[in-house]
Amino acid sequence: MGPTDRSRGSTAFRQGTGPGATRRAFLLATAALLVTSKGVSARVVTKVLPWRPNEAYPVTPVVPGGYLFFTAREAAVVEAFAERLIPADELGPGAKQADVTTFIDRQLTGPYGGHDWLYMEGPFSKNPLPSQGLQSELTPRQQYRSGIAALEAYCKATFNRGFVELNAGEQDKLIAGLEKGEVQLPNFSGKMLFTAIYTNTVEGFFADPIYGGNRDMVGWKLVGFPGVRYDFRDVIDRPNQAYTLPPVSMQGRPAWGER
Amino acid sequence: MARRLPRRDVVIVGLGWTGSIVAYELARLGLDVVALERGPWRDTASDFNIGTAPDELRYAVRHDIFLRPKQETLTMRNNPSQTALPIRKWGSFLPGNGVGGAGLHWNGQTWRFLPDDFRIRSHMIERYGAGIMPEGNQIQDWPVSYDELEPHYDRFEQVAGISGKAGNIKGKIQPGGNPFEGARAREYPTPPLKQGYAQSLFTKAATDMGLHPFPRPSGNISAAYTNPYGCSMAPCTYCGFCEWFGCANYSKSSPQTCVLPALVREPSFEARTDCEVTKVNLSADGKMATGVTYVDASGEECEQLGDLVLVCAFSLFNVRLLLLSGIGKPYDPATGEGVVGRNYAYQTGSGASAFFEDAKFNPFAAAGSLGVALDDYNSDNFDHGPHGFVGGASITSAHTNGRPIRYHPVPPGTPAWGSAWKKAVKDTYQRVTYVGAQGSVMSYRNNYLDLDPTYKDPLGRPLMRMTFDYQPNEQKMANWMAERCQEIAKAMGANSTRLSRLGVPWSVVPYQTTHNTGGAVMGSDPNTSVLNRYLQSWDVPNVFVMGASAFPQNAGYNPTGTVGALTYWSLEAIFRYLKSPGALVPR
Repeated sequence: MGPTDRSRGSTAFRQGTGPGATRRAFLLATAALLVTSKGVSARVVTKVLPWRPNEAYPVTPVVPGGYLFFTAREAAVVEAFAERLIPADELGPGAKQADVTTFIDRQLTGPYGGHDWLYMEGPFSKNPLPSQGLQSELTPRQQYRSGIAALEAYCKATFNRGFVELNAGEQDKLIAGLEKGEVQLPNFSGKMLFTAIYTNTVEGFFADPIYGGNRDMVGWKLVGFPGVRYDFRDVIDRPNQAYTLPPVSMQGRPAWGER
Repeated sequence: MARRLPRRDVVIVGLGWTGSIVAYELARLGLDVVALERGPWRDTASDFNIGTAPDELRYAVRHDIFLRPKQETLTMRNNPSQTALPIRKWGSFLPGNGVGGAGLHWNGQTWRFLPDDFRIRSHMIERYGAGIMPEGNQIQDWPVSYDELEPHYDRFEQVAGISGKAGNIKGKIQPGGNPFEGARAREYPTPPLKQGYAQSLFTKAATDMGLHPFPRPSGNISAAYTNPYGCSMAPCTYCGFCEWFGCANYSKSSPQTCVLPALVREPSFEARTDCEVTKVNLSADGKMATGVTYVDASGEECEQLGDLVLVCAFSLFNVRLLLLSGIGKPYDPATGEGVVGRNYAYQTGSGASAFFEDAKFNPFAAAGSLGVALDDYNSDNFDHGPHGFVGGASITSAHTNGRPIRYHPVPPGTPAWGSAWKKAVKDTYQRVTYVGAQGSVMSYRNNYLDLDPTYKDPLGRPLMRMTFDYQPNEQKMANWMAERCQEIAKAMGANSTRLSRLGVPWSVVPYQTTHNTGGAVMGSDPNTSVLNRYLQSWDVPNVFVMGASAFPQNAGYNPTGTVGALTYWSLEAIFRYLKSPGALVPR
């Protein structure tokens, strides 16, 4: 990747090198550049807006199928856990049917999973104030890997079964214990594991389906969010009336054709 | 050894609202202007088209277009007895990055501060006596009056195309506008936005209570408009993707929409992006700036020589650049001496949720500045005598978005997950609205900015340290305002309400507001200010510092309108400076 593709730029959002490389090649081809002895060093804009069509960095749509980060066992634990957080019920599908697990898996393989954009320099305080926020050196990938292992070890020791094999009532009780900090996992903060899965499950249930979760826009249908129509002048003109059109995602909606 | 680049007439640090405005106004005089921006180039057509712009996860949750803490963050503590730790992940505030700066991702709420706000210290003491001033305060009058700024507020509103309804034109109160506002020369450039169902309930309830609601001034504009720079804007479509997003419709006032199309056509202007200014360089005697040093994207250090240096970064980073450059004496709260970092302030948020039995608020049909506000409890528009606090708040009924990752409110007592949570999320989404109070924050001896002794950025320079907490005065004020919000919410017909008091201690975790002010304040006394009344450094007269860092304390409004007005006010002084360089106010 070229020198501009780093934390200060915006091109590192997508995973992989393909699309970024395309953008980079494009920049080299079209923009004025300040060239020094060390090579290209700054993008210079003068006299004309450097506009070309389709320059925006689209996200790469997630293709479901298999896991890139999780082992099969980890994926099963996350799926079972997430399904208790947002269960399928008479109101509609839950986290499992929304494919939240694929969403989390793909997020963990990207910059989010490594806290690539965050300030991760030490020293790390052992006793931060609550008002000082995130102070752990564990990345989301480490939290899931170690946290799930600790959860499984706890379940084996306590129930002689894995998390997935517990019944729904047992799972709910355990999750509530993690949430409140009452269940101590071996060598890992149960509350940290709860927070990671909870936060990412809600994201995966409501994020645009392009990221692999919210399949069939089930999260949006639950609340009645119409998605990315980008024009609600008709709604503003009809206050306090129900909105009845189906939601639309960045990739359209199923009725527009199979993808 | 840094590579030296040929001198320019004007070197601008940061290409957001203030940087782009001063660049355009000076380039069109024929001056050679170079702007150095540490983030990437961004423009509407390239970066924010409809196929990619409305992406909540990418922008509002993962912060794709924001400054990455890895590149620069701050350390934070609530008071000087604590050890500051780095803000590893943005929360309470969210600084922008790249061309457009915060003007790209803001909501667009564009206020004028009230006439009393500019002489708050004198005014409060005259009306209530010195006893009303809070303990440890360093509140000071602005060195400029509302009347002096009025033409410059007007200019910024015209450039930004602001939609609104005047409440006071040349002293004559206008029906439907804000009767408390300072006199304006003329109406807003475009009419107010349409409002939603919640705002109609709020307007009726507030009016019945004897209050004075009006549509809040909006930088998401209501009608097609061409500004004085010849830049065209299109009507807002109420898509609900404003704050933290770029606008794909050319409807949100931003440097991209309102200034850059004109600016880049000026042949004497050049922008260099991915170039981080590390220092303003001074002459051997420290009395003049010779230019700036920056590090480009390849890591090479360059020295850009320049006659005039305009510091136009985000307020916090203006202060850090001054500290790193040795311009002005750093503030020391132990002695009360020094000025750089002094009087850092912020904003309060409090209010009340209103849950309705049956309503369809359609929160997704929204805009960042859609809303109806009232100023009956702002500034000194009400009698502070019985309350014992200084300051006030604008109170607003608004829906800025219904994006569901972050917006899925539930009533009090709902479990955080499971079927009961899911049911509450579904049932509540359409039936809740919020009445909010955005309040002032005064300046205090122990709320300040300095350099951190431990943590460094990737270039090895100390991070800035923020020491801040909400003081008893602000807590009292904001919590009183929350009760006013609750009264209105009840009068709107809410089935139940929930009071949201000011969260203390101040925490970096929940998003609150990116209205960080002060640290390089303007004033009439060099012992208590970094800048004179024209935003010119007292110490280095060819350095001017734009932005909210100049506010002596913060008022009960969003800062951008006042930032814009101060920019044009300062520009007028810079024109005079160019004819006759030197200190515009004798020290």
